[in-house]
Amino acid sequence: MAGAEDLKLLGMWASPFVLRAKLALSLKGLNYEYVEEDLKNKSELLLKSNPVHNKVPVLIHNGKPVCESTVIVQYIDEAFAGTGLSLLPSDPYERALARFWAAYIDDKLLPSWTKTSRGSTEEERAEGKEQSAVAVENLEGALRECSKGKPFFGGDNPGYVDVILGGLLGWVRASEELYGINPFDPAKTPLLAAWAERFGALEAVDPVIPEVNKLVEVAKMMQAKLAAEAAGASN
Amino acid sequence: MAAKEYLKLLGIDVSPFAIGVHMALVMKGVNYEYIAEDLSNKSELLVSSNPVHKNVPVLIHSGNPICESLVIVQYVDEFFTGAGVPSILPADPYERAIARFWAAYVDDKFFPAMAGIVLVPTEQKRVQKVKETSAAIELLEEAFTVCSKGKAFFSGDSIGYVDLALGSLLIWIETIRRMCGLEIISASKTPRLAAWAERFGETAAAKKVVPEADQALQYGKKLQAAVSAAATSKSK
Repeated sequence: MAGAEDLKLLGMWASPFVLRAKLALSLKGLNYEYVEEDLKNKSELLLKSNPVHNKVPVLIHNGKPVCESTVIVQYIDEAFAGTGLSLLPSDPYERALARFWAAYIDDKLLPSWTKTSRGSTEEERAEGKEQSAVAVENLEGALRECSKGKPFFGGDNPGYVDVILGGLLGWVRASEELYGINPFDPAKTPLLAAWAERFGALEAVDPVIPEVNKLVEVAKMMQAKLAAEAAGASN
Repeated sequence: MAAKEYLKLLGIDVSPFAIGVHMALVMKGVNYEYIAEDLSNKSELLVSSNPVHKNVPVLIHSGNPICESLVIVQYVDEFFTGAGVPSILPADPYERAIARFWAAYVDDKFFPAMAGIVLVPTEQKRVQKVKETSAAIELLEEAFTVCSKGKAFFSGDSIGYVDLALGSLLIWIETIRRMCGLEIISASKTPRLAAWAERFGETAAAKKVVPEADQALQYGKKLQAAVSAAATSKSK
């Protein structure tokens, strides 16, 4: 058993970025110790391991910390190249495409979703909605291009982009209950909708995605808190 | 011999992202054709090669377009290998993770703060950007000590991934100094980076690729004028 490797993941159960790391570890069949952080009372270990950002996830491998979810996922793929699935393809051009779309998810898709749900003005939220529509349309095209008719961005098996997008699945599922929106609307983005079902059902994925009702609860608490703050601020 | 048309780089002279890619190609010793774009009148080739962002740089390799500067640099690093060909990223997975972390920091934290100094419309916002830039460069000064381990560059004896990410911004760091007198890198506040910046500028690749700071100054003034005009028309 691969017990000689000391792998620790510092995380928070609701974080989509932490989920990316969990997905990568799970898809590669790696054992690790998971440490749940209280982000309002961050551990000494977290602060010491990620002094620059003080954020989760942090992967600590044999005592050495790796930070930033996309860096962590690539690290897992490279450090454990012989184990389980290869997340990045072997061809340099396909790798470039995978990295391009992973960057797109973080630079365009996520910010547009954040704007839609947390924009401070009606105008901002409407802008976010427009930008989100463009972003998912582009991703639908990406899935078509990368999968070439196969089930995943990575082809027959899930790969890098599947993991990077997959980290968002918990919140994608929660979104319908919270905002009445399915970000991967089967009518508009049929490939993404089917991908979400398929990826979510994988044996390595299903147990790792946080429960939707718990995410909804956290989001509602957060919304209530923000509303109270706003009401208090306007007095 | 592999003709130039196999590799085409679409860019603009003063784009730090294009500069980074130019340097990577020069370091690898590959031939390529450079096409200077006019961003106010984008070419058919640019728009069709980068339909998602319609921006530079784009590297077109045997007809296949690759976009996003750090993605392109990694592609160039992984495609062009062999005896005597320098590596841009190190071989060890952990060192690669550290290099990617700091390149991402330059891209996500340092660059937006620095660019903001020129691009934000109000004095108040500019002051905020100056603060953020200072904080970021201080961290990078510390990072340099850790990464370089006493050697000349972030990557060691020769330039690598993080050197390219930060080094390609030096022309704009100089431009900001000329435009508003602000010294982002200075011998007094960031002595190690100041010395590194000089060494970076002296490398063969930088000498070949990086344009005169004057060119960036002209561009910067135009950008600032556009920002002021937009701010003025908004407040009418």
